[in-house]
Amino acid sequence: MSRIVAAMSGGVDSSVAAAILARERGDAEVIGVWMRTHGEMPEGYELSRSCCSPDAADDARRVAQILDIPFFTLNVEREFGERVIDSFVDSYLEGSTPNPCQACNQYIKFDELLKRGLAAYGADAVATGHYARLEHRDGRWRLMRTADADKDQTYFLWVLDQEQLARTKFPLGDLTKPEVRAMAAELTLPTAQKPESQEICFVPLGDYRELLEERRGYAGDPGPIVDADGTTVGTHTGYAHYTVGQRHGLGVALGEAVYVREVQPRTNTVVIGRRDDIAQRTFSVAGARFTAGDAPSERFRASIRIRHRAPDVPAEITMIGRDRFAVETADPVWAPAPGQGAVLYDGDECLGGGRITRTEA
Amino acid sequence: MAIYLDHAATSPLRPAVLEAMRPYLTTHTGNPSSLHASGRRARQGIDEARESIAALIGAQPREIVFTAGGTEADNLAIKGAGWAATSRGRHIVTTAVEHKAVLNAAAVLERSKFEVTILPVDAQGRVDPLDVAAALTERTTLVSVMAANNEVGTTQPIAAIGEIVRGHGARFHVDAVQWAAHEPVDVDAWQADLVSLSAHKLGGPQGVGALYVRRGTQLLPQQQGGSQERQRRAGTENVAGIVGFGAAFALTHADHAARTAETDRLRILADRLRDGLMELGDVVVTGDPVDRLPNNVSVAFDGVEGGDLVAALDLEGVEVSTGSACTSGSAEPSHVLLAMGLDPHLAHGSLRITLGPETTDADIDAALAAVRLVLPRLRAMPGVRSKATVPA
Repeated sequence: MSRIVAAMSGGVDSSVAAAILARERGDAEVIGVWMRTHGEMPEGYELSRSCCSPDAADDARRVAQILDIPFFTLNVEREFGERVIDSFVDSYLEGSTPNPCQACNQYIKFDELLKRGLAAYGADAVATGHYARLEHRDGRWRLMRTADADKDQTYFLWVLDQEQLARTKFPLGDLTKPEVRAMAAELTLPTAQKPESQEICFVPLGDYRELLEERRGYAGDPGPIVDADGTTVGTHTGYAHYTVGQRHGLGVALGEAVYVREVQPRTNTVVIGRRDDIAQRTFSVAGARFTAGDAPSERFRASIRIRHRAPDVPAEITMIGRDRFAVETADPVWAPAPGQGAVLYDGDECLGGGRITRTEA
Repeated sequence: MAIYLDHAATSPLRPAVLEAMRPYLTTHTGNPSSLHASGRRARQGIDEARESIAALIGAQPREIVFTAGGTEADNLAIKGAGWAATSRGRHIVTTAVEHKAVLNAAAVLERSKFEVTILPVDAQGRVDPLDVAAALTERTTLVSVMAANNEVGTTQPIAAIGEIVRGHGARFHVDAVQWAAHEPVDVDAWQADLVSLSAHKLGGPQGVGALYVRRGTQLLPQQQGGSQERQRRAGTENVAGIVGFGAAFALTHADHAARTAETDRLRILADRLRDGLMELGDVVVTGDPVDRLPNNVSVAFDGVEGGDLVAALDLEGVEVSTGSACTSGSAEPSHVLLAMGLDPHLAHGSLRITLGPETTDADIDAALAAVRLVLPRLRAMPGVRSKATVPA
């Protein structure tokens, strides 16, 4: 009998994903696994909404008991620390916007968990509670958007290649969030009414500044906030505390809304602009990966999404070598932030993507 | 049905023990402190268990304090005896391989201006009695050494240490929780003043233990309430549990010939299992090859995470553990293995297999087959810490 690992975070989505798999058991034994990704939060930061709190482990275990499946916790603190938390911190220090959920999918859920699942449990696939679909068509696996456009999570999954997709299951692919909640309630899972987790699981209360100091000794060094002309209009607390597109916390009053346009680590400068100043039609992308293995062609049309839940924009993609591409969009897109994922779609199929590069000289 | 080879974590309740407990869960449900007939009947169950256990360890019934388990017994011994003797001194001597119940209780005292000396052990996990002697000062009031280690099964020279401690005048505590599941306890031969025992390691129920307290040993109670257990442990007694403890202890120790035969049987099975594991290569035996509990097979595999190995074996229907059940799930390697000087990489691959009365020859074959099946898969995983060379 084959075995499949159900990654269980303690949230409602992964609970129901495991339940669906367990209900269909017969062709595969389902093993529930909760991953310990980082040490416990300091006292007072215990957020039950965070997927990595001890409460979350309790919830996952209760669900596994109800589903009558084996349940293990897997310690991936070291891997998560290096691949997700450190790179999150380093992104800020490079003046970029990190994408921890993509990193977690790429290196932890669909890599470390697959490897450990095979070694420890003899499992040949991993199932998660992501809202995404898989189709096998014309000889390859295709990563597809879900029916529930609002919940679609392919933006975080573009990093998966054929080998990973072949060993992946998304049991929630055809469901909407209300259907998932209803199913959880019907199964009397303790996670049925659990609120959505919004914050990054390893950042207590959403404030990442402490993490910069703790992991890399970055305490923040005040520097100038300048406008497009280079005129100093304010002072910031340290460039790494700012990301492109950020509006709040600038402490600048210019009579109209201003946003971070650029973060310059070398000069410790934060450049701001008006809303219209930070829309762009062209930008570059590095670290490209395609779910099919290769880009469709040297030059192709696709729709592009540059942040979760942002609208897709038609674009012309020009490959630069194998793992970089240039993007030219039909209409300006707002605040392409260095480091953020630029994800390509052909209709409902996610073709892959990359990370927006810095344009600063 | 899974093959259960984790008796050091807990042992299955013996059917005869359940039968002994049953009346106290169904009809004899009085409070032993009550004056009426129901109370008296419950009291009788406790008195009989107390007498039985006391007789089997060479103690008087009044010297037995029932607790909610081995951990509570250890805490009561360390904190209770430590605090009761502060007029004479605040120095406690123990070892690096003790159960966390002892080490963490001592650590609490350390925060209250006690001085705690943690003695090292050799590569087999043995304490040198001369080290104990050397550690004693005029301020020393308590020495705590376990009779047998819960992770690697190494047994300690308790009588020799007891002799030294008695000569000095400090009180001597022995954690005999694992030991008592296999070997007889003789509090006078050990010259022990305090001995921790637990029911569920020897076929009794979970949640019951006892502390032997030699007459004249001062003890400061660690919880306040009623006057139960001669004011040494407040709270209504776990009557059915204590009755079960008494029955399990008698079953384990009453028949000397049967116990000896069982010890020999376990030793033969354990040796065969250990030899079979050694054939797999890149594995070391941890603990003392001779001075050890008969049912304990402890090894460390190179290039494997112990937790992954335990999960893999569980899915094959073989239930074992990494080290102690109390610390599993933590990313830190066992404090016992590190104290024994085992390479931390190897310590991550530790496996503890502990046999019990129902373990058969066929179980050993099945366990070996399961390890053979999963080990190559685990070792093929990239990125697991590996030590280049494994000591012979």
